[in-house]
Amino acid sequence: MTEALSTTLDELDRRIILATQSGLPLVPEPFAAIAAQVESSSGEVMTRLQRMLASGVIRRIGAVPNHYTLGFRGNGMTVWDIPDDKISHYGALIGQLDFVSHAYERPRHPPEWNYNLFAMVHGRDRAEVEQKVTRIAELLGDDNRGHEILYSSRILKKTGLRLVSDK
Amino acid sequence: MTPALDDIDRAILNRYQGGFPICERPYQAAAEQLGITEQELIQRLERMLAQKQLSRFGPMYHAERLGGGLSLCAMRIPEDRYEQVTEQVNSFPEVAHNYARDHAFNMWFVLATETPERIDAVLKEIEQRTGFRVYNMPKLQEFFIGLKFEV
Repeated sequence: MTEALSTTLDELDRRIILATQSGLPLVPEPFAAIAAQVESSSGEVMTRLQRMLASGVIRRIGAVPNHYTLGFRGNGMTVWDIPDDKISHYGALIGQLDFVSHAYERPRHPPEWNYNLFAMVHGRDRAEVEQKVTRIAELLGDDNRGHEILYSSRILKKTGLRLVSDK
Repeated sequence: MTPALDDIDRAILNRYQGGFPICERPYQAAAEQLGITEQELIQRLERMLAQKQLSRFGPMYHAERLGGGLSLCAMRIPEDRYEQVTEQVNSFPEVAHNYARDHAFNMWFVLATETPERIDAVLKEIEQRTGFRVYNMPKLQEFFIGLKFEV
């Protein structure tokens, strides 16, 4: 894992993460409520959250919309074969499209798997996803050496990602 | 059928997918920006969470920066073995999500481990138990991600 840097988090940080990873309390003073839970002060909790936001441990604080119930029922994992020396350029372009929720470079496994760019594309239905995929293909031009859309047919397991275990 | 969002709900979602304030009364500060009361903002968030239009409201943590291992893995499983292999793969506590997809690579799951080194060990255990190859596709690079998902 190239990005697996372990940031220095102390015991209080971990308790704050544990207390907030499923959401902020919906009360007028949410940070005071968290502070009571982790036995600290609201000032300390806010300082820690600001620090984690600045260091990138927290990506952002706010609403995480549920694409599916908001009517975006076509969700396709699109995979692309792009020349390796151009992947950063195209990855940045595709990542900025408003219908792409995440874009990553991942390793190829030739000959069975030749794709190196993954982008999750959202639309109201599959037709809209395909239309958007066409837009990405146009943007890539001759540098698109092949692509596919993988639709999910079934959720086999969804425990969610617990980032800090309560062990 | 999920009830539709009104203009204020949309404004909340479009304005606050990030950048929620960190202060003693953050809902009040955010509500002022939206031209509503603190109580109304809290009630609308409660309702959108209950109706599952929101998956969550709060900090979104960056899994890798917390020091664990995370990887996307894919497998190609013959139809007649699919149910059995699904059970075998899902029995690993490190398998967080697992999706069937319409493709020759028909099983895609996310492995989340306490340490980065554990990923390879769990992959090998899954291969041994199922008898099928696991294709490890860890993130090599993450590109700029559009913050806004317009609703």
